[in-house]
Amino acid sequence: MNSVQQLISAVEEADSSAKLVEAVQNLASSGSEDAVPTLIAALGYNNPGAAVAAVDGLIEIGEKSVKPLLQLLDNYNYGARAWAVRALAGIGDPRGFNTLLDAAKNDFALSVRRAAARGLGTIHWQQMPSEQRSTSQQQALETLIQVCRDPEWVVRYAAVTGLEALANAASETQPDKLPQITAPLLEMANNDEEVAIRARAWMAIHQHHSQIEMPNMKKLAESDDEKEVPSRGSGRRS
Amino acid sequence: MKAPNQILMPTTLLKMNSNKDNFQPSSSSETPGGGESLTIETAIANLEGTDSGLRFYAAWWLGRFKVNEPRAIALLIEALADELDRTPEGGYPLRRNAARALGKLNDKSAVPGLVKSLECSDYYVREAAAESLGMLSDASAIPVLHNLLITGLITGLTGEELIIESTPSQPYDAILEALGNLGATNSVPQIELFLKHPVERVQYSAARAMYQLTKNSLYGERLVKALAGSNLQLRRTALADLGAIGYFEAADAIAQTLAENSLKLIALKGLLEYQVRELTPPTPTLSDGAIKVMKLMDSLL
Repeated sequence: MNSVQQLISAVEEADSSAKLVEAVQNLASSGSEDAVPTLIAALGYNNPGAAVAAVDGLIEIGEKSVKPLLQLLDNYNYGARAWAVRALAGIGDPRGFNTLLDAAKNDFALSVRRAAARGLGTIHWQQMPSEQRSTSQQQALETLIQVCRDPEWVVRYAAVTGLEALANAASETQPDKLPQITAPLLEMANNDEEVAIRARAWMAIHQHHSQIEMPNMKKLAESDDEKEVPSRGSGRRS
Repeated sequence: MKAPNQILMPTTLLKMNSNKDNFQPSSSSETPGGGESLTIETAIANLEGTDSGLRFYAAWWLGRFKVNEPRAIALLIEALADELDRTPEGGYPLRRNAARALGKLNDKSAVPGLVKSLECSDYYVREAAAESLGMLSDASAIPVLHNLLITGLITGLTGEELIIESTPSQPYDAILEALGNLGATNSVPQIELFLKHPVERVQYSAARAMYQLTKNSLYGERLVKALAGSNLQLRRTALADLGAIGYFEAADAIAQTLAENSLKLIALKGLLEYQVRELTPPTPTLSDGAIKVMKLMDSLL
């Protein structure tokens, strides 16, 4: 038995949550293609520590993970789907593009929309055939503008990071497209109800400060949005 | 009985009414409670009605979607004294939901009713009322919350000490958090005693309140330590507590906690909100702290 197989066995034999996390971490750091099926299985164990490690491993392995990840997305395990989209977003392989495009707008689970929105900006555009690139970037932009109106703050936050990445890509290859991308960022910086999102949009805009025209800005912290304090689910006695 | 034939998801209905053209029913949120759709009018009508199931759900819905209309608030306050909806054990489900909802509606006219609810025989009504009083920023609730807290204390030979209870008789965690939120600095000596409460969650609530009231990092670090605990539920609780107090030094530890990214993101958002309060218009500069928190958030998306 070679060492990767030993690492795989350790995952399969783990009999506690802590051992599982450790075993998946070890397998993930092998970076071996043979680890892919086991890492993908670990996305569905309902163990966040193991899933985080598995996603990191799959991103590290990169394009060899893409095909099995796309297959996994066909099933109905929502927890695993979220992690799989996250892995695809992290890998940035253009084969995942249509999946991300659809998931960012339409997925039922906010964690999936969140991961997809981020990933839409960070696609490895240079791996895409050049005749397809411009159309795809336009699709990504239109989708992200739409996702900037998602009811969930964290999805809008992710869309802002997606726009930022798109702006970074465009500033290198198509600087004339930049104003189209920074316009929605300015809109978010000024008008989103969440101060956290306005701040994040500002951070994105600051990088392209010299390349765009800055209108008069509204005071960043002035909106009286109510702070949503995380609930701990009252009604349970410990 | 089914909810009215209404296809709009509630979140979308309230948040996107200026963007009807871009309405996306399929990108709805993960709405708890089955996501049955209501309109403001039907929710209010249901709460006025006699069907206890519909009343219970309407009370939750009005809070969840922050419908702070006078009629809704008046009905929710009335529901705090409801006698019709009872559990076999004697609990008051409608009162619980009404008390929770009123905390989210930002209307201080709810304070007297919530204060009265702290005397309710139902533990969960008292818990919800304490939590909501903590959210309404009305210091007039402090004395009665303080009095409820000290029912957990006894004066011994060396001064006040905790009464040992096998099950807490009061929602101490909610009471402590409310006192912290309301700035009850006079309660610090009593709150401090709860740092040694046998229920770990109560200890966290005491640490959270102590940090809010003293700004001493000792108490923030107590919660940071809790992020490395072995129980997932307690790690989640500590994440929520750190987000609520915006303890910046916890940023890296939050990002590394073994818990769901969504909860870590909410906690970091709490930290970020404290960081960006200091932003100066019209051309905001972002502090290094704010940038650090946002980069951590990016890594968790």
